[in-house]
Amino acid sequence: MSGSATVAPHRALGLTDSEYDLIVEKMGRAPNGVELAVFSLMWSEHCAYKHSKKLLGRLPTEGPHLLMGPGENAGAVSVGNGLAIAFKVESHNHPSAVEPFQGAATGVGGILRDVFAVGARPIAVLDSLRFGELESARSRYLLDGAVAGIGHYGNSIGVANVGGEVYFEDAYEQNCLVNAMCLGIAQEERLIRSAAAGVGNLLVLMGARTGRDGIGGASVLASAELDAGDDSKRPSVQIGDPFEEKRLLECCLELLDRGTLASLQDLGAAGLSSSAAEMASKGEVGLDIDVSRVPLREEGMEPFEIMVSESQERMLCVIEPERLADLEEVCGRWEVRATAIGEVSASRRLRVLDGAEVVGDMPVEALVDDCPLYDLEPQAPAEQIYPAPARTLESEDPHDALLALMGSANLASRVPLFEQYDCLVGSRTVRRPAQADAAVLDLAADGAEGGIAVAIDGNGRRVACDPYTGSVEAVLECAANLACVGAEPLGLTNCLNFGNPEKPHVAWQLERSVAGMADALGELGVPVVGGNVSLYNESGEGPIYPTPVVGMVGAVPDVGRVSGTGFVSEGHTVALVRAPEATVSRDGSELAKLLGEELPAGLPEIDVAATWRVIEAVRDAVREGRLASAHDVAEGGVAVALAECCLAGGIGAAVSLPQLGSDQLFGEGVGRFVVSGPVESLEPLGDLAAAIGTVGGERLEIGECSWALDELREAFGALALAFP
Amino acid sequence: MKFGVVRFPGSCDEVDALMACRRFADARLLWHGDRDLDGVDVVVIPGGFSYGDYLRVGAIARFSPVMAAVKEHALAGGAVLGICNGFQVLCEAGLLPGALLPNSGLRFLCRQVDVEVVNRDTPFTRACAGGDTLSIPVKHTSGRYYAPEEALSDMDAHGQIILRYAPGHNPNGSVSDIAGVANRDKNVMGLMPHPEHAVDTLDGSTDGGCLFESLVEHVEEMAERVAGAHA
Repeated sequence: MSGSATVAPHRALGLTDSEYDLIVEKMGRAPNGVELAVFSLMWSEHCAYKHSKKLLGRLPTEGPHLLMGPGENAGAVSVGNGLAIAFKVESHNHPSAVEPFQGAATGVGGILRDVFAVGARPIAVLDSLRFGELESARSRYLLDGAVAGIGHYGNSIGVANVGGEVYFEDAYEQNCLVNAMCLGIAQEERLIRSAAAGVGNLLVLMGARTGRDGIGGASVLASAELDAGDDSKRPSVQIGDPFEEKRLLECCLELLDRGTLASLQDLGAAGLSSSAAEMASKGEVGLDIDVSRVPLREEGMEPFEIMVSESQERMLCVIEPERLADLEEVCGRWEVRATAIGEVSASRRLRVLDGAEVVGDMPVEALVDDCPLYDLEPQAPAEQIYPAPARTLESEDPHDALLALMGSANLASRVPLFEQYDCLVGSRTVRRPAQADAAVLDLAADGAEGGIAVAIDGNGRRVACDPYTGSVEAVLECAANLACVGAEPLGLTNCLNFGNPEKPHVAWQLERSVAGMADALGELGVPVVGGNVSLYNESGEGPIYPTPVVGMVGAVPDVGRVSGTGFVSEGHTVALVRAPEATVSRDGSELAKLLGEELPAGLPEIDVAATWRVIEAVRDAVREGRLASAHDVAEGGVAVALAECCLAGGIGAAVSLPQLGSDQLFGEGVGRFVVSGPVESLEPLGDLAAAIGTVGGERLEIGECSWALDELREAFGALALAFP
Repeated sequence: MKFGVVRFPGSCDEVDALMACRRFADARLLWHGDRDLDGVDVVVIPGGFSYGDYLRVGAIARFSPVMAAVKEHALAGGAVLGICNGFQVLCEAGLLPGALLPNSGLRFLCRQVDVEVVNRDTPFTRACAGGDTLSIPVKHTSGRYYAPEEALSDMDAHGQIILRYAPGHNPNGSVSDIAGVANRDKNVMGLMPHPEHAVDTLDGSTDGGCLFESLVEHVEEMAERVAGAHA
């Protein structure tokens, strides 16, 4: 007899014995099967944030531009003229590891729904991806599938993909990361919340029919470590249909324009259960749902399956009964299915009916608020837990090192990925991916004065070296990217991708990372508007690199003045802008990785205030339209940044640096920029800018080292090989 | 002078096309379920994924009510411009020769390309300067133009090949580098590049504007001719 036959149902659904006992206490009786299924999902890590909620309270959530903070489907900031930008980043890691195309596609679909659920029209998508080393066939398969899936969904639905990042590290070999971010635009007064309101109002399910796809996804997939034999979980991965979502999106936005809806919520993880419980909880009401009225894709579905199905492209709304005809007219025109499946009650209970029969009856508060929150038990490991990367570069000669870095999977041009995404639809894109350090969107046609910039960032290896400082860097790096296009940060969304938080060293990474992020954001005065936590990213090999991904949105007053990455004109002065006391080190850098060096246990401390002053100075110079180009120095150090400026502009440069050791050329550390322009354009930067050379020619010359642009370009094109 | 931009369920670039048209003349959206073109002078079938592009790109859209009206409009000599998915729809509808196959690379491709105006003597290209190379983006998965050899020489002989990708810029394996074609009467044209994404200095190129300008000139000249004939 197999062991699994004797496992108690609640354990098979991922609940601990004490959690089960608490459910019995809150219910006043043992839950039946439907109720247990609903509880198991609502109390899963994915829905209840039971290991991270206490920590997240440390992040700042107030700011002058904030309109809607964490807790709604997406957060929102004001961009002036009564316009709001709603945005959020979310993970779809485990589904993508099982089936990369659909996993990534539905990740995009889900984040789009989060944004239009608050009444905003999605205008841009970005993504943040992590895979094992490119030498691994599995990694190439996952990369190809995930990129194709992201492109398929975003391109088909007509939302521009304006940027993203991808890194390849062995630590992600068994557990890739697929994070997707979406931005939407709305009139401030049209932002809608998800709180169900009005006893007697109707609950209407819109969109696709409900099938057995994704059942138990939240508990089985999102909240447990992956191990061998994951193919058996394939039926838990949802299948996306962007055409269905496109109609649903247009339909919902038209209904919001007409004021038909009282509230709106998307269906994501845990399907109807989670959406209904969240709506009822926020509205302090109850909901009765009749599962027999839910349009089904297949026959014979059990009530519990209908309640937890994660079928895609569905939305739930509350409307006054007299508006049903109006809703049906709009839905009919967009060929969107709409069915009243229940109503708002005063009971503060989520009741599940199957026709006349009550098959589940649960207190809303118990579902949403009573899941136990766990304290982490963080403990710093005695030494670095991650193995040294395999050495792939033998030579330490600077000439070879730069070519190796430019051609390394982490630094090579991302154009072969970006070209698979439509970055133009919507006609807002002023700076496309790879043209500048952040994407720039013009909002003039939407009624705004200027535009916005957006970037997404996160360097897991740096965080693995030092969870606190690495996370400070992630925030500053994102702000630096925005500064290169003259953008002032308005708000940030984050996705915390970590391993199993029940392990003390992972708990320590998580705790230190959130602390670093909180401290940096506090100094910058930038609020977190919302985000997502993805835990249990582990395999038998151990945890992934701790990977907090941050997406930042900033205001650009005049999109016509934005500079790009590339050098522009022969004779322009090249300058390095940095805080005089900025620390730069080869530890934990890309070069160190290529040389197979151990990850250090700690990075040099960062003076956040001083770094922020440099970032602000660059931003102001760009805003004034003085600089011809601006580029943040990141992975690979100054030498790589200079090479990127040359390639982006198609013109060389000759520079001299005070020292030419590998620390100076390739060392990393946040808060440095390569800028160019007429020499007088650099004056306002004062001591922060050090002139180091001149734009011109067909070569990059750094002191006595010299590279032809063609050889740099050839190395930089390495990623094309991943997409034969 | 009024442009009408068709909106199918699944259209993506219809608002982009509408905004581009409005830089040059009046423009409005046309709903796929309506048979009435509301008196527009030029119909634009925009990019996107009409009806999800299920079955085959453009295959379902041709059966929509609005396409019946578009066919009547075209048969009466009215101008019709199909961009990307619109080009695919017009080929499926039999208003243009040839077909659009999956890109030779089998991937979606979004890239700024140079295209050469091969025939300037059409309602769509009359305002384009001689010897012009236009910098216009493409973005599609199925943009590889194909027509049989015989049809191609026939099209060539009748000046129906309107745009070609510049040397080295063919992004999808199109036969003879063809980027845009017209029907025999030159009142229906389809192209894979997106001129509506090259009309503003902030787009990085304004080269797409000459197609819209050409159509405005054409319609105004036709109106003058009609007025002259009635005078």
